[in-house]
Amino acid sequence: MVKKVMRGNEATALGAKLCKPNVVPAYPITPSTLFPERISEYVADGELDAEFVLVESEHSAMSAAIGASATGARVCTATASQGLELMHEMLFIASGMRLPIVMAVGNRALSAPINIWCDHQDGISARDCGWIQFYTERNQEALDMMILGFKISEDPRVLLPSMVGLDAFVLTHTMEAVDIPDQDKVDKFVGKYNPAHCYMDVNRPITIGSFSTPDTYMEFRYVQDKVMNDAAKVIDEAFAAFEKTFGRKYSKITAENTKDADIILVTMGSMTGTAREAITKMRAAGKKVGLVKISVLRPFPKKELIEALKGAKAVAVVDRSLSVGLNIGPVCSEIGATFINEKTRPMILSFVAGLGGRDILITDFEEVHEKTTAALKKGAPEKDTYWIHLKEELV
Amino acid sequence: MAKITTGAINYVAGSSRNYKTGSWRSMKPIFHEDKCKFCKQCYEFCPDSAITLDETKKKAVVDYNYCKGCGICAKECKFDAITMEEEVK
Repeated sequence: MVKKVMRGNEATALGAKLCKPNVVPAYPITPSTLFPERISEYVADGELDAEFVLVESEHSAMSAAIGASATGARVCTATASQGLELMHEMLFIASGMRLPIVMAVGNRALSAPINIWCDHQDGISARDCGWIQFYTERNQEALDMMILGFKISEDPRVLLPSMVGLDAFVLTHTMEAVDIPDQDKVDKFVGKYNPAHCYMDVNRPITIGSFSTPDTYMEFRYVQDKVMNDAAKVIDEAFAAFEKTFGRKYSKITAENTKDADIILVTMGSMTGTAREAITKMRAAGKKVGLVKISVLRPFPKKELIEALKGAKAVAVVDRSLSVGLNIGPVCSEIGATFINEKTRPMILSFVAGLGGRDILITDFEEVHEKTTAALKKGAPEKDTYWIHLKEELV
Repeated sequence: MAKITTGAINYVAGSSRNYKTGSWRSMKPIFHEDKCKFCKQCYEFCPDSAITLDETKKKAVVDYNYCKGCGICAKECKFDAITMEEEVK
């Protein structure tokens, strides 16, 4: 195994290249631009035998990805923010046609006002599109999730596309040492994509993208939902196989210091490292605080979250996105829904932080902990959602 | 009813014929055989290929399994051989 220092976009591009995609249609967008740049270099240099398709928009990028994948090709792409929004209708088509496309998403804020920095709103707004969603903490994880994305998506029991989220700039543009998996090991791990349901064969004419009346539409949706829920098992298997082959352990959620914790912080993406530092500091001061990182948002790891969080007195969920008008962070509302029928449940508090690239600091997590402690003392949260590090003097 | 397929892929060529769409119709064209001069204008203009030609009888025939009642045939017919009526179901 070779170690190399690289940016997050280089890690996802390299992860994609190791899986030898046949077709990569992509349109550049900040902060993911380096992904198509690297892929085009790999192709130009003869390092990757793939069709790199220059398209005129992200809508076209996803359309080309769908068309290519429907022929039985292995397809990947990358986008972010407005690009993901422009793809939106095609995202449902990719998942509805059960095409295992893998896409890196440099998680970035949405306009207006235009903002290119880190935020999970793009990914969160696409969570109902029927794509498996990974959110990563480090460049290594981003590279590995590209490989795992193909492994999981192409599994005949799944056949759903995957998004690999990596935080804008914090990961996409930040150098980090990354272990590069051996090509032969990746070849063996991912295998060949041999779809039985959708491929191009002139001797076997098929209709793809056909329509469905009220007689059958519900059944297609039911199966899509069931397959996504059942993918949880395939994801666990793939993570276990990955650890066996490459030595790195992943799980849908990661619980640290939760066993004896009164308060558990829930995070997603790169803020997790900061939260971990804050917890180390608070633990040293005798505070019983733990951490749960969510790595897989779809399928939502309900069982694991209940197991990890049920023993705490309070759970503080830090969202880096909004569901405007709900006044509860999106991930927090899903955790609340997860616990709705549990007989005993912790107090669940919603925090919003780091929108549009505002730094999330160690002191912010300490503030989250303080506010949660106060809520526990009082018996109820003071607010539906606490905005962390908000400049109230500006509003 | 056949089981649904993965990704709604249809493996049967030409199977759209099995799906009757005539029930969408709210207006119905009535073909008056005695007035039909077999000019084939209705056949040419039908946007749904729902009109066929009876070469033996030299008459245009509508297939109500697919006709959606758009009325283009009645509009194009120069011989009042097609009239539109409300569909009663």
